[in-house]
Amino acid sequence: MTLTEEKKGESDHGQAGHHEGPSGLYRWLTSTDHKVIGKNYMYTAMVFLFIAGGMAMLIRTQLASPNGHFVSQQTYNELFTIHGSIMLYLFAGPFAFGGFANYLVPLQIGAPDMAFPRLNALSYWLYLTGGITMLLGFLTASGAAAFGWVGYAPLSSSTNSPGAGPDLWIVSIALVGFSGIFTGVNLVTTIFYLRAPGMTMFRMPIFTWNMLVTGLLILIAFPVLTAALIMLYADRHFGTVIYSVKGGGSPVLWQNLFWFFGHPEVYILALPFFGMVSEIFPVFSKKPVFGYKGLVFATLAIAGLSTGVWAHHMFTTGTVLLPFFSALSLLIAVPTGIKIFTWIGTMWGGQLNYKAPLTWAIGFIVAFTMGGITGVFLASPPIDFATHDTYFVVAHFHQVLFGSTIFAGFAGFFYWYPKLTGRMYREWLAKLQFWVVFIGFNVTFLPQYLLGLKGMPRRIAVYSPTDGFTFLNQISTVGGYLTGLGFVIFLVNMWISWKRPVPAGDNPWDGYTLEWATTSPPPSHNFTSLPPVRSTRPTWDRNHPEHADYKSPHVTEYAKKEVSSSEG
Amino acid sequence: MLNPQDPEVDGEMKQGHKKFTSLVRPRGVTSALAVATAALGLSSCTIPTFGAFKGATTQGQSTFHLFQGFALASIAVGGVTFLLLFYVMFRFRKKDESIPKQTHSNVPIEIMYTVIPIIIVVILFFFTVRVENKVVAVSPSPNQRVTVTAFQWGWKFYYPATNTTVIASGNTYPQLVLPQGETTTVTLVSKDVVHGFYIPAFNFSRYALPGFTNRFDFNPTTTGTFIGRCSQLCGLYHSEMLFSVKVISPAAFSSWTASQAGKVTA
Amino acid sequence: MKVEHKIYLGLGAFFSLIVIIYWLWAGESGGATMLLASALLGLVPGSYLGWWAKRMSQRPEDVDEPTVEQSSGSIGAFPTYTIWPFVMGMGAFMVALAMVFGSWTLVIGFAFIISAAISATLESKRGGVI
Repeated sequence: MTLTEEKKGESDHGQAGHHEGPSGLYRWLTSTDHKVIGKNYMYTAMVFLFIAGGMAMLIRTQLASPNGHFVSQQTYNELFTIHGSIMLYLFAGPFAFGGFANYLVPLQIGAPDMAFPRLNALSYWLYLTGGITMLLGFLTASGAAAFGWVGYAPLSSSTNSPGAGPDLWIVSIALVGFSGIFTGVNLVTTIFYLRAPGMTMFRMPIFTWNMLVTGLLILIAFPVLTAALIMLYADRHFGTVIYSVKGGGSPVLWQNLFWFFGHPEVYILALPFFGMVSEIFPVFSKKPVFGYKGLVFATLAIAGLSTGVWAHHMFTTGTVLLPFFSALSLLIAVPTGIKIFTWIGTMWGGQLNYKAPLTWAIGFIVAFTMGGITGVFLASPPIDFATHDTYFVVAHFHQVLFGSTIFAGFAGFFYWYPKLTGRMYREWLAKLQFWVVFIGFNVTFLPQYLLGLKGMPRRIAVYSPTDGFTFLNQISTVGGYLTGLGFVIFLVNMWISWKRPVPAGDNPWDGYTLEWATTSPPPSHNFTSLPPVRSTRPTWDRNHPEHADYKSPHVTEYAKKEVSSSEG
Repeated sequence: MLNPQDPEVDGEMKQGHKKFTSLVRPRGVTSALAVATAALGLSSCTIPTFGAFKGATTQGQSTFHLFQGFALASIAVGGVTFLLLFYVMFRFRKKDESIPKQTHSNVPIEIMYTVIPIIIVVILFFFTVRVENKVVAVSPSPNQRVTVTAFQWGWKFYYPATNTTVIASGNTYPQLVLPQGETTTVTLVSKDVVHGFYIPAFNFSRYALPGFTNRFDFNPTTTGTFIGRCSQLCGLYHSEMLFSVKVISPAAFSSWTASQAGKVTA
Repeated sequence: MKVEHKIYLGLGAFFSLIVIIYWLWAGESGGATMLLASALLGLVPGSYLGWWAKRMSQRPEDVDEPTVEQSSGSIGAFPTYTIWPFVMGMGAFMVALAMVFGSWTLVIGFAFIISAAISATLESKRGGVI
């Protein structure tokens, strides 16, 4: 069934889009509504987060004592491989560009749905089945893949890693890769073609801007990954020698292909979360975002630079041009720094309302700044030689990725939870969760920097009591358990919110963007009426006409015209 | 380590300090940057190690000094960022329901926080390239040569001059012997998968790649025994692919090679 | 449309610059190929969007202050529910499993994918303008 959508002006009140459709399980299977698909993505991603988080607990338990025998070395290798693979392929990305972006981008630009709703639904099913495929590895006789989430050739060849587990890993990521490409196409098309009248590109919310750039990066990076995986599959099954030295192939080629995907992927994971906090800081400071255009250009600069930095993961191969990759990798710190200062500038002079979203978002700045600064260390080849593949790197990327996906991710989740469900979460539980996770997170990962500097390599299942790693590992493990406890608090919060609902209202935060101009949760096809879009903050303009953005003279060309006509 | 009583050293450091204070009017980031620059360029005696190895080779020491410089620069930049953040967090807590001034942008400030990071990055890059050239330089005429072969899960060290082989066996880990104060060129290859030849105390690691030969130099400065590890996941027993490095005096080294000539230590 | 055109073209131009520097300096073909592909990914759609931007009248979403006429009319037809994406997803799942376990699910999987593709296309045609 299809419906023709009309544009909604301010005058269209009361014409509710009431569409009869199937209900229950069949509705879940057949819906092409971006909000249903977005929520499916979000909740599925959270299930994967809990699965991979549970694996992290097992990993930390193994490392709590030297010569740990909690799990076997083979199991340990499988655990960190699938932990990393789930977190990067099945949680962080899909949570953001499948979940949040799907749900929010059409709402923020005033569109009735994504541009290709059927393709959108297909993306979700490919993602879900891809995720199941990856987990099936644990049920096979030879176990899951055990070559790390990077799957370096030739360790991932059929002789070094035989069995069905690695094959399941390959096809699983290929499925998720196609799902990501479809979502990327959908996002870019939606943002380019379905904006509401008056929603010019430079009036789009920063979150939508970031999702546009994420979409472009997906289109650059994911096809490379999928192609690399198909070649790996061919090597394993059809006797090709693309990554094998024996037939004249090159194992380094895999690393080049993988990281050409892998580094833009880091920004694919991070940019949506940057976008989320860029929405949260202004609303909870009661100010517009500081330096809107600077933020947009910083995002585009990150997109541009991110494709030229892949080989900083390969400094120690001895095969790459060190100064080129070092220069670009150092340079990418600049737009990232601009973003951090922009967020501080947004809060400057504001009225900071410390609700859970703001608290989590500030936690994100703290974690991300530390992770970003240690990233600058790793952009310097000599320092990378000393710390590459050690816990220094583990600590660095967990601060960056955990910082983005969990701190900014939960900031976003709590911020939009009223919109998603029409209900309020419990404020004190969300804050309690924040403090437990924040302390646990730092206790887990700060000692790992020291472990790395002391020379503890990553991905080792056992270490010796004489290495001097024991104490720091024990601290890290305690921190890990504490972090795990924080997520139990989250489950309690959700359970209470579900059992004893507190209605949230349509716009509990005095939000600025169009999603707050509709009901919570929004009706199917989103809007019964749209406020006129005359600035980056249409909902703010409507609710605070005396402080409306289009009235301040320097904001838009439109405003200038208005001023000059009133003078004349 | 330099002696603070030594007038020459003291003078040098003072001079350096004076130069930097006169160069920059103390302003948060820039002055901190100057300190970092001083650390990169000058002696690093009084600067803490920040948990890193000091480096038991000349190459490793250069890396260590670079690391210290980066650490100081990052403390300065991170410190400024966190100070700003904490100031904002406490200073601008919500007081009432009034609507604050709706500031959209401030171009001079935006330019400032774009240009200053670029300057910092350029300085860091300059020192990076200097140290990098030192660390990756391969001498055309080294004193010693050794070929390291990585395999699942062990190491083989081969000294072509004396046809000596040391290889992993059972529970004992192989030992790489290097002369102190001399240049040894290491030729690194892998027999099967990608391994990481990593000596933490030397602040150095390099992948052992199948089908590609890596070469690099060590100039050990201190005698002693250091642990070596495989840093890149290479399969089931990756955690146990250890070796040790023993740095001995050139005289001891030559008597060791003489005693081991033609032998295979398994 | 002009902004969209400039974003693509700008990224394409930057990647072109990078690929030239990389090719001349590093001379490594794998990375240069991927960078070249990225540059084309920016330049080709960028030129296409620019070509259209010149030929079409300004869209209401690019206007600072759209008129009432511009703010009304049809956006397009959107499906509310359809089973075919699910069928296609399950087909892809079966094909993926067949690639690992080499079983008969390959045939069923392709049957699912093809029938879902045909049905979704017909459904979309019946539904009117998209």
